[in-house]
Amino acid sequence: MEKLHDLQQAFQAKIDADEKIEPKDWMPDAYRKTLIRQISQHAHSEIVGMLPEGNWISRAPSLRRKVALLAKVQDEAGHGLYLYSAAETLGIDRETLIDDLHTGKAKYSSIFNYPTLSWADIGAIGWLVDGAAIMNQVMLTRTSYGPYARAMVRICKEESFHQRQGYEILLTLCRGSEAQKEMAQDALNRWWWPSLMMFGPSDKESQHTEQSMLWKIKRKTNDELRQQFVDATVPQAEFLGLSIPDPDLKWNEETGHYEFGEINWDEFWQVVKGNGPCNRERIKARIKAHEEGAWVREAAMAYAKKRKERATAAQKVA
Amino acid sequence: METSTKLGAYLLRLGDNTLVLGQRLAEWCGHGPVLEQDIALTNISLDLFGQTRSLLQYAGELEGKGRSEDDLAFLRDVREFRNCLLVEQPNGDFAGTIARQFLFDSFHYLLLEFLCDSTDKHLASIAKKSLKEVTYHLRFSSEWMIRLGDGTEVSHHKIQAALEDLWDYTGELYTPDELDSEMAFLGVAPDLNKLREPYLRKVEAILDTATLRKPASAFLQMGGKTGRHSEHLGHLLAEMQFLQRAYPGLTW
Repeated sequence: MEKLHDLQQAFQAKIDADEKIEPKDWMPDAYRKTLIRQISQHAHSEIVGMLPEGNWISRAPSLRRKVALLAKVQDEAGHGLYLYSAAETLGIDRETLIDDLHTGKAKYSSIFNYPTLSWADIGAIGWLVDGAAIMNQVMLTRTSYGPYARAMVRICKEESFHQRQGYEILLTLCRGSEAQKEMAQDALNRWWWPSLMMFGPSDKESQHTEQSMLWKIKRKTNDELRQQFVDATVPQAEFLGLSIPDPDLKWNEETGHYEFGEINWDEFWQVVKGNGPCNRERIKARIKAHEEGAWVREAAMAYAKKRKERATAAQKVA
Repeated sequence: METSTKLGAYLLRLGDNTLVLGQRLAEWCGHGPVLEQDIALTNISLDLFGQTRSLLQYAGELEGKGRSEDDLAFLRDVREFRNCLLVEQPNGDFAGTIARQFLFDSFHYLLLEFLCDSTDKHLASIAKKSLKEVTYHLRFSSEWMIRLGDGTEVSHHKIQAALEDLWDYTGELYTPDELDSEMAFLGVAPDLNKLREPYLRKVEAILDTATLRKPASAFLQMGGKTGRHSEHLGHLLAEMQFLQRAYPGLTW
């Protein structure tokens, strides 16, 4: 009992001193569990996030745009890979994590349960969704768990590139024809509120925030990050000549922040619970890829085993 | 037809091959059997699109009508496409995709090896860059042919079936028509008659290691190179060209 208490104190002291926790260090079970939940959720978001954007690869309007989008979606697969690896350092394997995604036990970012209906959505996702993700991820480069923080450094570099790319798609549309401008405005109308929801429930509702702040897994609250995002994004929308679909949005001279309208939390919880427009489809697509890939994975394993056996047999002969 | 126009027409064959195959492979993005292979297929697709851009830009220049790479990719219809039939075949399952890739890569590699020494310097420089990439593609697809062929009973069966389905489309690769022969005469491109044997040798060597049978086909399908395609290409183009067709003349 005494010993456990010492370990816990030493752990918290390390965190308080802003030192990183590494895989072999002692950590409380709850810390480990929180990290597995959060990192795997993040990994799943990258993988499921490939689907809405992947929906436009085949229809990208130029070869340059096609290559950029394909490379972007591939980057997300890469992010998924290093995040699964970061989660594996906590003693859980990728297969289990993927199963949890497929059974609905693990969550992923709800934003990917909205459909991409036009090419402008690809711009809006880059600008808003990657923009919102960056707010969160920049904070996470300083998170207390070493492997997670390091994965984030690499991911952040690529994400900010994606965000600029998305913004540039919209800029091109906004300088184009009437139809293109309408496409851009329509995309903003549909993606704005779900992007604000990406930061999660408000601080008073968030069940994980307090403990996560104490452990320095999170270093800013959901509401702080959301405000930071709104403040950064509104001027960017103005530059595009697009209007934010929020009649209550206004600049507050005193606080130096934008005030914005109330988020539709019913919608937020509905989508979290699985009732968003694409929840079912997204998971079905992931399960299908996994199931249809089973024979391929089995073949690769069987072949590797045969090769090993042959090598051993050859050695014996020699 | 002037020589430069003919070279332009020949480049369309090369560029359409990489474009159509790149488009097919991109369909896998987000749906691969395992994350690492999803990334690998996307890599190949990205390489092929990169090659496409160089080839179509050059084809457009030679044509002299001011058509850009995008005009060529997005504003031609089925009958104007010059890719071989093999690359437009649907992905099928992973075995279908690997077999198609392997049958194409084996040819693509030999072709590029020659094109590195093409009398057309610009084409030679595109080929040099592409050969590095295609060397990797061929290694990837060959390794998977072996893994699937010599893996489980199920994988063996699937990859053998895919080979049978696709074999008919290989003849077109190494059978020259008039344009191919002219390009060979000018030293721009290889004499395809001379690629036939090395191609079959390369393919058979891997099939052998993979414990697979070379399909015994009596008839080889032709036509892609002159614009007589399978029904599949029209659907691929309808999807790929959608925005450019629905909103003509805009910048994206």
